[in-house]
Amino acid sequence: MIAIREINEVGFVGQMPEQDTQQQVRAATGRVLVNRENRETVGEITVDHPRMTCRDVNVWYGDKHAIKSVSLDVGRNEVIAMIGPSGCGKSTFIRCLNRMNDTIEGCRITGAITLDGIDIYGKNIDVVPLRAQVGMVFQKPNPFPKSIYENIAYGPRIHGMAANKAELDEIVETSLIKAGLWNEVKDWLGQPGTGLSGGQQQRLCIARTIAVNPEVILMDEPCSALDPIATAVIEDLIDELREQYTIVIVTHSMQQASRVSQRTAYFHLGDLIEVGSTPQIFTNPSHQLTEDYITGRFG
Amino acid sequence: MSPTTLIIILLVLSTFGYYVGRRRALVVGCDSAGVKNLHSRPIYYGSLTALCCGIPAMLLFGFWLTFESTIMTNLVVSELPEALQNLPTAELNLQVNKIRNLVDGNIVAGVVEAEIQAAADHYRNLQATSNAALAVAAISVAILGLMIVRAKITPLLRARNRVEQIIRYMLIACSTIAIFTTIGIVLSVLFESIRFFNAVPIAEFLFGLEWSPQMAIRADQVGSSGAFGAVPVFVGTLLISAIAMCVAVPIGLMSAIYLSEYANKTFRAVAKPLIEILAGIPTVVYGFFAALTVAPFIRDSGDLLGLGVSSESALAAGAVMGIMIIPFVSSLSDDFINAVPQALRDGAYSLGATQSETIKNVILPAALPGIVGGVLLAVSRAIGETMIVVMAAGLAANLTLNPLETVTTVTVQIVTLLVGDQEFDSPKTLAAFALGLLLFVVTLLLNIIALKVVRKYREQYE
Ligand SMILES: Nc1ncnc2c1ncn2[C@@H]1O[C@H](COP(=O)(O)OP(=O)(O)OP(=O)(O)O)[C@@H](O)[C@H]1O
Ligand SMILES: [Mg+2]
Repeated sequence: MIAIREINEVGFVGQMPEQDTQQQVRAATGRVLVNRENRETVGEITVDHPRMTCRDVNVWYGDKHAIKSVSLDVGRNEVIAMIGPSGCGKSTFIRCLNRMNDTIEGCRITGAITLDGIDIYGKNIDVVPLRAQVGMVFQKPNPFPKSIYENIAYGPRIHGMAANKAELDEIVETSLIKAGLWNEVKDWLGQPGTGLSGGQQQRLCIARTIAVNPEVILMDEPCSALDPIATAVIEDLIDELREQYTIVIVTHSMQQASRVSQRTAYFHLGDLIEVGSTPQIFTNPSHQLTEDYITGRFG
Repeated sequence: MSPTTLIIILLVLSTFGYYVGRRRALVVGCDSAGVKNLHSRPIYYGSLTALCCGIPAMLLFGFWLTFESTIMTNLVVSELPEALQNLPTAELNLQVNKIRNLVDGNIVAGVVEAEIQAAADHYRNLQATSNAALAVAAISVAILGLMIVRAKITPLLRARNRVEQIIRYMLIACSTIAIFTTIGIVLSVLFESIRFFNAVPIAEFLFGLEWSPQMAIRADQVGSSGAFGAVPVFVGTLLISAIAMCVAVPIGLMSAIYLSEYANKTFRAVAKPLIEILAGIPTVVYGFFAALTVAPFIRDSGDLLGLGVSSESALAAGAVMGIMIIPFVSSLSDDFINAVPQALRDGAYSLGATQSETIKNVILPAALPGIVGGVLLAVSRAIGETMIVVMAAGLAANLTLNPLETVTTVTVQIVTLLVGDQEFDSPKTLAAFALGLLLFVVTLLLNIIALKVVRKYREQYE
């Protein structure tokens, strides 16, 4: 793990003395890397006990080909991290997993995505229970313009998860505690959720999502606005959730990816470039583009 | 010099002032090495000069035009022969109108007396003098302003702050105009109403249950004692408006929801303008429709059910009025529903909410202020609507809540009170102002209540 951290830091600082960078390149050239022009996915895309499988997924926004033939499995009780430069299609890809892209006009999806062996784009699939099963935390916090309490209680209420007020209170409290927001808001549960700070809103949205007990949770940069302490709380939460659930997390922080995930997928301009176990991706990537990205030489 | 030419000259002068000011700033602001040490950017010095050159002159111009005609008329009248001056006011006004018409070159009825012709010529002379004087005064004010500012331009002059201050005053002035117009309207109605309340006690007007404003002109006339109880008229208005809202709010709101949430783009692009056409149909046409189609239909269906329906019923007028105001509700609601960010919908969908749950619990509350705004607009349209009621609901002021009977509304009564009368001195005509005032107060109250409701229930997204 120490080795990972070092490489990550090299990757992020980006202002290394000249000779150090040279060393990295030499170290890297010691291995055989798939060269940059090759866009086939490198690494093992399948897992033994897949929760979700994606085969040949393509996404177009109008004429723009945003995801190009991506195949990937998401395992049971696994945290899989999606990394890659901005605009490479990470959000687009995870939005396919609970059919959130259906709401975007002009968005077209081909390929097969299954959840527990059932094609989620199948004819007889009802998206409403699917989305309750596959929850999502969005990149931009989007609390409802309701009170903090109502924000969390909304999901459990529409699914009839609480028999009475006391149970609902209980759900709200545990969700907020898990998201690390309880102490900050416990006396202001009646205040509007939109009045919270950006980072608090982000945690509110996480709490809202876990309140409905989804089996798969898609998190799109859940910690982008959080301080290190709140980030640590969320990462602990992810660790804890992994025991029961499956989590797909998009992140720009490679430290975070290496801390919370077991597998990592690297996207580049709509292509899935490389998938592998997290330690392998960060210490010993097989594709030149992955190497470039994690060492901060992307560009 | 005609007013238009004068305005053009003033504009040219201001533009010239802009360049003079900017030049001047550049000259005084640069030291020998060409370094600028001005407080503001040169364009602000230019703008300041232009504003100080243009605004006072324009103000002078405005005041002059406002008071010119009064002053000149007085001057002309004071020059008229004694005999004419001593005429009663009404006849004197007639003469003055005649003079004005002569001056404007309009056709004048009757013979033009020599004195009147002389007065008209006098008026014309005065007008010419006045125009010339105005031109000289305005242009001198403009040039003066330009010179003063130019002389004051130093590198330390805070031109940007001054310009911004002037702009702020201009904005304040514009909003005050709107406020004062409202106050003016209210006051004029208020004074006429007070005259009415001198004749009819205010309590009788507010709480009286009978409305029959025909006053006996001669003592021996029968059946025209004059009763000014506003209650039946207001109940009629409220009844018809309520019926209209019962039609317009559900239909309008639901079509808005369908259009913005369910319909595809093409359908929306076609349907929305079509619905909006409803608001563009003249109310008289709705009146025909109500009186000739809807009212008989309601009467006949009522007969079938064994209900006695009068041929002019509140229901017919209200229903047609409701159709007319659908666009007010639907169009505004549609815009506001569309303005709710997609992220909020996504949030609800991602929790497993159905589309109707999302609409009900997330979108409508977020769009509530806009929806209420649309409904309020529709209500004020309904309250103010006259034509449909005249044609379909009748003129009889019945105190009833039965939608199948004939009722009348405030606006209809105002019209019938004023039509054909020129003298605003009998209680009958003055009653119109009292009704107007009360209507104004009622709509104001409705608005305040609605605002309070919105503030209480609105869910604000940024
Ligand atoms: N609604 C949309 N309509 C059209 N194009 C879109 C839409 N959403 C995304 N795109 C395009 O698809 C590509 C992938 O976008 P996406 O949001 O998935 O990137 P991302 O990897 O999540 O980036 P970031 O890290 O900045 O969030 C981008 O080029 C973007 O321009
Ligand atoms: Mg994204």
